[in-house]
Formats: sequence, structure tokens, C-alpha cells
Amino acid sequence: MAARDIHGPEAPWKEFQVVGKSHRKIDGMAKATGEAVYADDIQLPGMLHAKTLRSPHAHAKIVSIDTSRALALKGVHAVITGADLPIKYGVIPWTPDETALATDRVRFIGDEVAAVAAIDEDTANAALELIDVEYEVLHAYFDPREALERSEPTIHESRKNNNVSKHVELEFGDVDGAAETADLVVKGEYQFHGSTHGAIEPHCAVAKVSPEGVLTLWSATQISHYVHRALARVLEWEPQKIRVIQPCIGGAFGGKSDPFSLEFCVAKLAEITGRPVKMLWTREEVFYAHRGRHPMQLAYRTSATKDGKITGVDAKILIDGGSYSSFGLVTTYYSGQLLTGPYDFPSYRFNSTRVFTNKPPCGPKRGHGSVQPRFAFECQLDEVAEQLGIDPIEIRRKNFHGEHTQTVNGQRITSSGYMECLDKVERGSAWRERHRQLPTGQGLGVAGSMYISGTNYPIYPNEMPQAGIQLKADRSGLVTVFSGANDIGQGSNSVVRYIVAEELGMDPTDVRVLAADSDLCPVDLGAYSSRVTFMVGNAAVDAARKLRAKLVAAVAEHWEVEEKRVRLIMGRAIDLEDTEKVLSTREAIQLAEAKFDTLGSTGAYNTPTLGGDYRGGTIGASPAYSFTAHIVEAHVDEETGRITVPKVWCAHDCGRALNPRLVAGQIEGSVYMGIAEALMEDHKVNRFGLHSGPSLLDYRMPTAIDTPDIETYIVESVDPEGPYGAKEAGEGPLHSAIPALANAIHDAVGIRLRELPFTPAKVLAALAEKRMSEGAAAGGAAAKAMAKKETH
Amino acid sequence: MRGIELDVNGDRLETAAPDHWTLLEVLRYKLGLTGSKQGCDKGDCGACTVLVDGQPVLSCLTLAAQAVGKEITTVEGLRPMHLQSGGVGADPIQDAFDRCGALQCGFCQPGMMLSARALVAANASPSREEIQKALSGNLCRCTGYTQILEAVETAIAERVGAEAPRPAWVEDREHVREGELEARTPAKEAK
Repeated sequence: MAARDIHGPEAPWKEFQVVGKSHRKIDGMAKATGEAVYADDIQLPGMLHAKTLRSPHAHAKIVSIDTSRALALKGVHAVITGADLPIKYGVIPWTPDETALATDRVRFIGDEVAAVAAIDEDTANAALELIDVEYEVLHAYFDPREALERSEPTIHESRKNNNVSKHVELEFGDVDGAAETADLVVKGEYQFHGSTHGAIEPHCAVAKVSPEGVLTLWSATQISHYVHRALARVLEWEPQKIRVIQPCIGGAFGGKSDPFSLEFCVAKLAEITGRPVKMLWTREEVFYAHRGRHPMQLAYRTSATKDGKITGVDAKILIDGGSYSSFGLVTTYYSGQLLTGPYDFPSYRFNSTRVFTNKPPCGPKRGHGSVQPRFAFECQLDEVAEQLGIDPIEIRRKNFHGEHTQTVNGQRITSSGYMECLDKVERGSAWRERHRQLPTGQGLGVAGSMYISGTNYPIYPNEMPQAGIQLKADRSGLVTVFSGANDIGQGSNSVVRYIVAEELGMDPTDVRVLAADSDLCPVDLGAYSSRVTFMVGNAAVDAARKLRAKLVAAVAEHWEVEEKRVRLIMGRAIDLEDTEKVLSTREAIQLAEAKFDTLGSTGAYNTPTLGGDYRGGTIGASPAYSFTAHIVEAHVDEETGRITVPKVWCAHDCGRALNPRLVAGQIEGSVYMGIAEALMEDHKVNRFGLHSGPSLLDYRMPTAIDTPDIETYIVESVDPEGPYGAKEAGEGPLHSAIPALANAIHDAVGIRLRELPFTPAKVLAALAEKRMSEGAAAGGAAAKAMAKKETH
Repeated sequence: MRGIELDVNGDRLETAAPDHWTLLEVLRYKLGLTGSKQGCDKGDCGACTVLVDGQPVLSCLTLAAQAVGKEITTVEGLRPMHLQSGGVGADPIQDAFDRCGALQCGFCQPGMMLSARALVAANASPSREEIQKALSGNLCRCTGYTQILEAVETAIAERVGAEAPRPAWVEDREHVREGELEARTPAKEAK
């Protein structure tokens, strides 16, 4: 880590002028007026429209493809198949197992087989009907356990004898010893289902090739840099001949992280036809593209002393990866590596196996890989508390790992506001007066979590910075920021504006941001792993301080005073010791341009060396961690099994909130998404491998009526290495919503739901089971339930 | 393909489109009004909502021919119409959405804002439940709806000069700033 990478959490001057205030977003009004341009809003002269032919089989060999009838259709300009784009790629360089179009095998219903460019979408769709494909159907896997146990056929040829995508087993301390000596051991098996991102904008890409031979791709991607790299690899073009631009993007949540088939297809079709080509996926196709939450089967064993101290956690996890690797290598590590806080446990083991199945490929969805284990563990913790007669919040306080410490798996923890998070939700929900005291059918549950603010692991090994920023100061008084970061609605362009305005003492509206255009902007690794605010923010501070030094030096020279007397604030340069001396930012820039020539600066950020000294030790290592606590109120109708969530309290430690309103928006969006997947959403296929409902009607996402009332608390622990002390806010606050809900259901009606989603049928089944066991216990429990009712 | 004349945002616009094209397709791909969004193309998400004679309508389920002779308002019309009627800045709904953080990715918001606008035109002081109901045909995936509801309530409150509701995190931060965190009264009673 270079000196440039840490700037300290303090304001550049005495106090913050811009940071910490709820400024408008840089693109808010453009979006509010309909001016903002998204990928499908781009129309180029002579543009063709492309569509994709998809596999009707879950697993099959392609015997032959005949495109001649399609090519003969009037208005069709090109048809491509796997033979045109045979080079394999994958977002993780160690696991390239995807092709833009199937070369010899299809691996799920919806896998891409061929693409057509035509004069319009109707013609392209008609041409798809004319492509003749002969398949030889293979045995398809839909059950991950079968995929684990059966090795013939394999879904990927690269896996010779099995369908295992990745296996990781790591042990820290003596887990079995801890279980043997524990006062209490709680065991449980949990099932986490699949869910998908559901960004309202479907994937879309537009490509053109200039007469000079430059390929420009506009794509709804959240990681333009990896798309750039993958295009160069698959098309076998030199990367400097490729320009990738991310226009405004209509939501992502991890679902636009991989390089996708359509990006390669439009590029190839534009190359072949000499015309711009657009491909817009239908909503149905987006469901097939998926890359959503991995279904997991999790077995946990938690050991504790009688006073509630956790002594060991043992996890065995089977991960259903779907048909391709995607980020699966990281997912498999994250399923274990990210559980080791905010609690201190002296021993920990996880054994995670990701297998391939013939289903839409899974990938990173908000809270990548760690939402599922967090659900299982926080439910276990609730059981430990119950069995030991300890308040569930107290047991979390008791096991808190503290600040500036190290986890059992070697992750460095710096700031942590977890205890304050617990305090806030405890007080906000009136926990002490209401937990275990509400009428039957109503309950409160608590859970906590931790998440990374970026990752040390840069996907492909390199020594270059993870994030870069370039500034240009214009003599008009405008400062332009060139940022490689992908603003996916979370506000990363706004954040760099605030930071640069803060450092240069400018009105934020005089700072414009141009982002995610590979011809113009320095590389940033992309919007994933909650890395953008932390890393790009630090790069912005770095660049702005260098420019500030020039402005201050020029003004000081002009005034013939020491530099320390010059302060840039509110669009002016002032002399701290002489109120008569005032210049505008514009004048300061002009003085500096005269003194130093054309004005600009660059800034960068790279992570410090972190992580445990073992294979995989850097995966999950982050320069800072965010912390969250949730309390959920659940109402359970014992007649119908229906669960409603009237209210959620969520406190999230994001370090310093650079813009509290945007932080609140991230927290609320996370809470919504967590409750949504726990209660309503289910991404699954039927027994033939066909998606059970690839539409926004059948895949039930909550409306404004279904979403709980959310009470948000922002906790600011101020991180020593974040930009002004900031950490992430976009993913952490999803995690503990789900176990807090499960624990609330237990408080409401005394059942432990270990299998997601929490449907009425599962509630009724658990209630029936509970009544059976209570009946066996000869009415004792019933009397207790009556007693609970009578207290109200 | 047939000629079609549409009354959009106060202008009479002529174009030609295939008979089966929807109002959304004609707006986006013939008239260049790309502010109305396509999220599902089958009436599930509401991103394509426009106003037809003041009523929110799913333009992806409306044939362009059905909209002939009617007044169509798209998101692009809000600010110019606000300026024409003597206002400053943007339409109060747009401004409130911007200030309240309701625009994250922004993709659902043109439809969401038009649904909100139809509501406030019909009901000067809707309750939170009425607002939720009016917006329930518009899916948003970013915000959890919270800041959207705050934006609509803010626009409504400001129209009558009332104080906009303040979310818990604003109150909480002010208490932190004033060093009153510990003295803060615990939680309101739940409903």
C-alpha cells in the first residue's frame, strides 16, 4: 500500500463543507426528467437488431446447426453460432467455462445457441424459427446432491470425473475439541433457496465498429473493465481497439457483473455486418441469464459455554451453482470466509462444495455468498440464546469481537460500530418491553452481520491500482472528474463529486463527472464486493489533494503568503489571516494554470496486504468491514400460515456517511430485498429444468404495499482507512434481515423455520409438527402458551 | 405500417409504425421519447406508465392506435409543462424525488412519478396507504419504496406549505450531533 492510499478520516480543513450532508445526486434530475440515457435508449443510424436462439433442453449435445434458412430470410444480415465465437471466457480467469454461444453442448434451458442480426426485432425473431438445431439429449441434473454423487455424464468436459465446481475446506483452531468440551452444542440443517436480482432494466448492449477499426460497446454492465478484457480475449482483438462504455444503468445488484453472451454477439455481428447492432433481452431471457443467489444446503454445529460464549462453529455447505462457474470460486470461499465476525469464536471450520447442475447459472447477488451462511448461523445463535436463557441481543454483545482485532481466519478488523447498531435497534424497537411479551402470533427477532468494503482479491492477479481517478481543472472554473467506476444507481458518481468538491472547496455543481468510458477514464475494477465508495473514494481524495496542492501553491505565491494560510472553501480561496484577500475558484485555477501549465491530476487506490497466510486467505480479506443489526417484527396467522412484516429496524455501520440520504437508501433497499427473498421470491426450475415462472408476475417481487415499514439508523464508526472514514452500505444491510425474520417467527409462534422461503405451507407444517410434539408432552406446553396469552 | 398522429406533451406528432406496435414502442423508437422505460413488455412492472387523458396507463399494453385523439403525458413533458405554467425548476414531484433520494437507478421512476402525479391530481391529501396503493403497479428494485413514499409525501406537504415528514435516520443523526443520543426517549409504541 502506497502513501497515496491512506488519507486519514479527517476533513481536509477544520470541518466538512460537503461531506456528511444530504446533497442531491449528480444524475438525479437527469433521471427524473427522462433525459438520462440507458443502453436501450441508444439508437444509431443503420442500426440492426439482434436476437438469441436458446436451448430447449436442459442438457444436450449439439449434433448439428443449420442456419441457411434463416440467412435466406429477407432482412437478415447475419447469423452466428458457437463456431464464430469459440474462445472460452469466465469472469474468474481460473475458470473459463463459458462461450458466447454454445459450441457443442447446451447446459440449461435458455442457454445461448445462435444469434441473428436483422433489420428489426420481428425479422430477427422470425429468423430464429428458421435455424435448425439437432440435439442429442443427455441426462440432466437438477438436484445438487445427485450432481455431487454421480459423475457420468459430467456437465463440463474440463471436470473429468465429477460435477464439482469448487471445493474448499478450511479449519481454524480445534472445532471438534470445542464441541467435546462445550456446555451446549446446537446442530441444525438449513436450506437457502435461489433468488434473482430483478433489476427493472433488462440487459442490453449496442456495438459498432468504426471504419478505423475501433469497436465501441455500450452495455448495461456493472463491471466494464472485465467486459473489456473478455471482449479482447474472445474476439481476439487488441484491447486498445476496444472501447467499452457503460451508459446509465437500470439496476444491477450483482446481476450485471459477468460478461454476458449478448455483449460478444453484438460485437461480432457489428464486425460482420459493418453496421451498429443492438440486442435487448426480454424479461424472460433475463431470468435465464440469472447469476443470482446460490441455493445452499447448510449444516451447522455451534458450540457454546453455559454463559453464552461461542467456542466453535462447524459448517458443511453444499452449493448449487447452476450450469457455469461465473464467480463460483469466490462464492465458495465467501460462504465460509465471511462468517467470522462480528463475533469472536476461537475455532471455526467450513467445508463448502459448489456443484454444477443444469439450471440457469448462479452468481453474485447482493451479499454474495455470505447471506446464506449468515442466515443459518444467526438462527443457531438464537437457539443457543434460547436454550441458555440469555437475551438474544445480550448473547450477541457477549460474543462481539471488538474493534481493531483479527478474526479466527486471519481477517483484519479495523473500525466496528456493531455494538452501537445493537443499541439502536434495541431501543428503536422497544425490544426489552416487547420481545417474548407480544401476544401469540406476533414476535420480534434480532440478528447481526458483517460485510466487506471491497476485496483485496483483484480477480486477475496484477500489481496495478484497483481504482483510479483523473481530474481536469478548466480555466472556466469547472473541474471534470474522469472516473472508471460503474455508477449503478448507488451514487458512485455523486460520491466522487462530493469528495472532489470537499477537497477543492468548490460548489459540488461545479464538479462534473464522466465515468465508465474506457477511452476516457482510468481503470476501476467495477461495482462489486461493495468496493466502490471505499476504493474510488480514496482515489478521488488522492487526486484532489494533488490538484489542491497546486491551487494553494499558486494562490500563496500570488498573495506572497505562506501556503498554510490559504484555504479553499465554498467556491473561493481565502487567506486565513487576512479577510481582505479573497479569490474565486476560477481565479485560483487560472493562477495555477499560469504557474504549472495545463492543470490536472491523477489519483489511485490499492489495498494493503491483508488476509491469512494460507491458500484462499486473501479471499474475503477487506480493508474494512461494515456491520449491521436488524430487528424484525413478524406477525404470523396461525390459520393461514401467512407471515406479514409490519416493521423492520435496521442499524448499519457504514463508517462516515458521505451522504446520509444515499446511505439510508442503500440500507432500505437492502432490507426490502432481504425480506422479499425470504417471503416472496423463489427462483427455481421444474422437473424438466424449465424455469417455473420467468416473468415479473410469476416471480413475485414486493410492491409498495408489500414492503415493510423500515426504520433506519446510520452508525458512523469512522474507519481509519476509508475515504474520510467511509465504508460500504450497499450489501451489508441485507444479510441479517433474513435470520432476524426467522427469529421473529419463532418469537411469534414458537416454530423454527430452517428452510427458505418462508411460505404459508411451511409455516402450517411447522405449526402442525409443533402441536404434535406438544401433544406428546401432555399439554404442558399448551398451558405455557395460555399463560403467555394471559399476560396480555 | 400505418401513419399515426399522437398528441404528446402538448405537441401533435406524426409518425408511421406497424399496426401491432404499442404506444411504448412508438414513443421510444419512433418519436425518440425514451424516458418511458420497458422493463417487462407485458404489463407487470409499470416502468412504461404514461398518462393518457390524465389516467396512468401501461403503454406496453396499449396499442399506439388506441391512443390516437387522446392527451398523452410522458416524463419528458413534466418539466416543460411546469415551466410553461410559470413554475421554476422542475415539477414538484420530480424535485421531491430528486431531493428525497428516490432516484437510485432511476429506471422505474418515470412510471412511478406519473402514477404519483395522477394520484395527487385526483386526491390532494392522500394517506400513506392510498399512496402505496396508487404506486403498487410500479415495481422498484432499488429503494425499498421508503424514499419514494417520502418523496410523494414531501411533494404533497410542500404544496400546502406543511412540513414534510422526517425519516428516523434524520432525527437520529440530529440527536447524535447534539449529543443527546443517550437522553433520547426510547421508541414509540408499536402499532
